[in-house]
Amino acid sequence: MKNKRSGIQGRQRKIRKPKSMAFRNALAGYLFTSPFIIGFLLFLMLPLLQSFRMAFSTVRFDGGIVYDFVKFYNFKYIFKIDPEFIPLLIDELLQMAYTVPSIIVFSFFIAIVLNQKFKGRGLVRAIFFLPVILSSGVLIGLETNNTLMQGLKDVIAKTSNASSITDVVKSMFLTEGAYIGPIQYVFDAVDRVYEIAMASGIQIIIFLSGLQTIPASMFEAAVIEGATPWETFWKITFPMVSSLILVNVIYSIIDFFVRSDNEVMTHIKDTMTAQVEYGRSSAMAWTYFGVIAVIIALVSAIISKRVYYYD
Amino acid sequence: MIRANKSFKNFWERNRLTQGYLLKRTVGRAMFRFARAIMLFGLCFLILQPILSKISVSFMEEKDLYDATIINIPRNWSTQNYQMSSYLMNYKKALGTTLWLSLIIALIQLASTTLVAYGFARYNFPGKKLLFAFVLLSIVIPPQTILTALYLNFRYFDIFGIFKLFTGDTVNLLNSVWPYVFISSGAMGLKNGLYIFMLRQYFRGIPKEMEEAAYVDGCGKLKTFLVIMLPDAKPMLTSIFLFAYVWQWTDSFYSSLFLRKFNLLSTAVAGLGDSLMTHMQNISNRTAFPTTAYTQAVISTGTLMVVAPLVLIYFIAQRGFVESIAQAGIKM
Repeated sequence: MKNKRSGIQGRQRKIRKPKSMAFRNALAGYLFTSPFIIGFLLFLMLPLLQSFRMAFSTVRFDGGIVYDFVKFYNFKYIFKIDPEFIPLLIDELLQMAYTVPSIIVFSFFIAIVLNQKFKGRGLVRAIFFLPVILSSGVLIGLETNNTLMQGLKDVIAKTSNASSITDVVKSMFLTEGAYIGPIQYVFDAVDRVYEIAMASGIQIIIFLSGLQTIPASMFEAAVIEGATPWETFWKITFPMVSSLILVNVIYSIIDFFVRSDNEVMTHIKDTMTAQVEYGRSSAMAWTYFGVIAVIIALVSAIISKRVYYYD
Repeated sequence: MIRANKSFKNFWERNRLTQGYLLKRTVGRAMFRFARAIMLFGLCFLILQPILSKISVSFMEEKDLYDATIINIPRNWSTQNYQMSSYLMNYKKALGTTLWLSLIIALIQLASTTLVAYGFARYNFPGKKLLFAFVLLSIVIPPQTILTALYLNFRYFDIFGIFKLFTGDTVNLLNSVWPYVFISSGAMGLKNGLYIFMLRQYFRGIPKEMEEAAYVDGCGKLKTFLVIMLPDAKPMLTSIFLFAYVWQWTDSFYSSLFLRKFNLLSTAVAGLGDSLMTHMQNISNRTAFPTTAYTQAVISTGTLMVVAPLVLIYFIAQRGFVESIAQAGIKM
């Protein structure tokens, strides 16, 4: 007993010292995160500020970097004179609006299927995650960036009667020129199913991980209460992974904007390396970043209102 | 009904007892399975098809490419395409360089992101939320935004004007591996924000009791991290390492800027079409140039040669890879 009491007293004395537990924890926290703090300041914050400065100047080299302040000239240039940037940007945004919802629906659906039990599940999973490797970095743009190949594709599309899966369906069921409205979206999504499958490797993994965290007892309870699979899906599965929909939407948007065959990115890089217009390319990059930030803020504000958090 | 299930009566009798429900359910399930199998097969084929066609094209001789009667199986088998793209990419040397460079970069990134993620997950300190917001920011900012400035900083590298003071000029670091090593150790490399995010989720999931038990047994903070936490996170660390390795392997974006001097597979395969063109013009004294089909065949072969080692690694490590991420339960 006595020993124990003295132990407690010893501890209390320790707490009274200036180096409290909280202080030491904070210190450890700073030490552990110090690589990021330093890296962030040096390789993100500093370049970000510099590039912000560049966006408002013309950059010259005179033994070092010299900035000539030109106010909004670079922005005026990219918005009013540059013939490529704005069309590329708009095109990119439209494609994003098209692709991201398809990716989310596709990967959610696939994740649900891959979460079921069937023979050969391991192999099928392995194949579906293969795009994580196959559509990364340089590999994704190899075919589409090849101008010769692009020309060849156009020729094939012109000479053959039906160039896509859905054209056949369309010619079978639809009157020529009839308004099909939103169905066109579905047709386009089906036509691009390969691209969508290639872009949704990580999203499938994230959804799958979410599905596996749903306790089995919930489904059992639902079955006992007499819920149909349809109801179980909308009342349990969907709300439980809804937070991951937000994660995946944001991930897909970012992935779409920064992937290597993105034309806006290529244009920015060309402006910098080929035309050596550092100021202009910074202005483009900042415009691009601004657009992305606004889109992500909007999307996450809209989705996070509907997200359900279990805990 | 319970009695019927217990006794081993045949299917039809059991079906009669359930008034046709059993038959309906069995048929329904079989149809569902059949439809699912067809759909999965179709989608798997869709994903694999480009690789399969690349494989078949890679073994064709050039004349096979123009023969309309040959669809998938080459008539004249040859490894010509492999020799050509291997020569153009300087494959052996590039493979070696890529192997060790990706390894080093991936290890550095793994080490720094693990430290940072652990700090964020297990300790409370003032400004933590703001710092973590910066992590998210680093995921969201397209590298292009900072690329120009980063590039110039390393081109005219200087620490507070010290180098200029002594040598009269700044240092050009772009021809060395150092810029990217610095960036990686600052957890600012390719997709490092994502790794921090995923590792943090994992470390947060480890029960606090484990940490406390380690402290009670006399472990310091660093020792707890090294001896208790790291072994526990091994699956997650492996998959982050694999991500870092694979993505570094295929990355041409950072590589073409900061690792220019090195003969890497990703940059080699990106320029394969051009180098084939140059090669053909050189050997033919600027009269011939490669056809589309042949260029495509060589690029396909090159792609296969770049991807093959990765696919091999992936299929060996796949189980741990996928399971560990699935177990981590990534949540916002």
